[in-house]
Amino acid sequence: MEQTAEGFAATMTPNLGAAVLAALGDCLSDVRVFRDEVTLITTRERIVEVLTYLRDAQEFNMLIDETCVDYLPKEPRFGIIYQLYSISRNIRVRVKVMLSESNRSIATATGVYCAANWLEREMYDLFGINFEGHPDLRRIMMPAGWEGHPLLKESAVKVEEVAFSFNRERVEANKPRAQE
Amino acid sequence: MTIPNLRIEESPKNVVSASDTQLDITFDQLKKLVSPRALTGDNMLLNMGPQHPSTHGVLRLLLELDGETVINCIPDIGFLHTGIEKTAESKTYTKAIVVTDRIDYLAPMICNTAYVGAVEKLMGVDVPLRAQYIRVILNELTRMNSHLVWLGTHALDIGAMSMFLYTFREREMLLDIFEMVSGVRMMSSYFRVGGLWRDIPAGFIDAVRNVIKVFPDKLLDYEKLLKENPLWRERTVGIGVINKEDAIAWGMTGPSLRGSGVNYDVRKAMPYSSYDHFEFSVPVGSNGDVYDRYRCRVEEFYQSLKIIQQALDKLPSGPVITDNRKVAPPPKHEIAYSMESLIHHFKLWTEGFRAPEGEVYFSVESGKGEFGVFISSDGGVRPRRVHFRAPSLCNLQSLPQLSKGCLIADIVGIVGSVDIVLGEVDR
Repeated sequence: MEQTAEGFAATMTPNLGAAVLAALGDCLSDVRVFRDEVTLITTRERIVEVLTYLRDAQEFNMLIDETCVDYLPKEPRFGIIYQLYSISRNIRVRVKVMLSESNRSIATATGVYCAANWLEREMYDLFGINFEGHPDLRRIMMPAGWEGHPLLKESAVKVEEVAFSFNRERVEANKPRAQE
Repeated sequence: MTIPNLRIEESPKNVVSASDTQLDITFDQLKKLVSPRALTGDNMLLNMGPQHPSTHGVLRLLLELDGETVINCIPDIGFLHTGIEKTAESKTYTKAIVVTDRIDYLAPMICNTAYVGAVEKLMGVDVPLRAQYIRVILNELTRMNSHLVWLGTHALDIGAMSMFLYTFREREMLLDIFEMVSGVRMMSSYFRVGGLWRDIPAGFIDAVRNVIKVFPDKLLDYEKLLKENPLWRERTVGIGVINKEDAIAWGMTGPSLRGSGVNYDVRKAMPYSSYDHFEFSVPVGSNGDVYDRYRCRVEEFYQSLKIIQQALDKLPSGPVITDNRKVAPPPKHEIAYSMESLIHHFKLWTEGFRAPEGEVYFSVESGKGEFGVFISSDGGVRPRRVHFRAPSLCNLQSLPQLSKGCLIADIVGIVGSVDIVLGEVDR
């Protein structure tokens, strides 16, 4: 199913695909096409440059979504996904940056798209990704005193034990309670 | 970490502490968000919510006020965070449909469509035409349901109390239809990967035709009450203005974006579920104020009715779920004589189906804007990651910009006009 550069040029309007490849050729480490969706894979050093080029030269004026995927046990472990949309051309493109387990840090996209603000705060909160230069990087979903990052693969989904008459006391005693 | 009772020592006028804000925030973080006048006590910091009827759920706003003028508005969300994305990761593709209902609980069918659409795209499954048309009918009814709740609460916030009673009366008609098809009024989970749970019951078409017949009169009542009402116009025209460029930059979608004059609707731009078979127009505003966003949503009622009418007239017969046995269970009678069907049934209910490795993004137009689902699959029976692109989150993000310089009384109108549902903001 996966193709590379030729498929990319055919999927997007040909001159656009060629133009993007010509302008960003040295920034891109790979181009993937899956189910007619184009993913440009770049590096953390070049991400702001790539986003700025796509916004200014190729009219991708909307950051629809930005999210993170935890690929554990693969290395590099994290993928930061930018979902861009161009209203005038009516096409989507996805940009992806892989981050290693040891260095969970990337430049913020808020300078290019202000919509990245809360989306990056969410990733900081739920994945522990550090966005350098973000204007207001603090937790957004979890309470400020929360330890850990719930969407990482190592934090497992816990099922609460069902309380019956024979174990009610123990279950009640071990229930996590809200604290002042 | 919160620093309790932090006070600045240098000047006797520095009286604000981080703990005064009631936010989980340190003083250094707070300093970046408010103006220096707030720190000396010249501007007032006022906490609004999360238990406030006009915040449409559990939204908390920290308002910095100079007299009655809002200087800064700092939203605080996360009170309704239920870890829906994490839950979806731990369920098989079919089981996760039920959690998508809970995202936007005013438009569950649209969230279902987005999720099953993403899985269908990932699996490469085709949906029978009849199922697509029924999805369109239910999507549009859901959009009306979502807009009815918005219209009622938005008008109630601004002071038109009777609207709330009327819209909730009409909403019952729609909820009855959802109950008819799925057995549940709100958390319907009626759609399945590859089609629908079952065919529509007898009486469904008559009930929907009744909605089409009755609704225009009801809409006329709403228009009489609000459209030219001088009080309503006073509170909405020219309030909470956002221009085209800013709305796009903040990632606003749906009627909130179209109110600013940008014609972007996923149903037109990238049609899904046969939306390209129907004729309808996309209402677009021009001023980007509360009134234009209100007009866009009310006009959408008429377009929804138009789409439903066409879908009913053209509703084809045939199966309502794909015959691809890898994703859809075989009919019960087949299990009695077909070995393969028995195996498929057993595999689907014990293990689920495996999706190919890859990543897809699929989006639909919900009542609030572009509702997108991003799925990353590792080839197993559970997704590696499911992410929901919530339109309410991105629309709410622009609230500080929308409310800058407005009066405190207009905050409720502006919050209402971006149409948020907190289940979707926090997920």
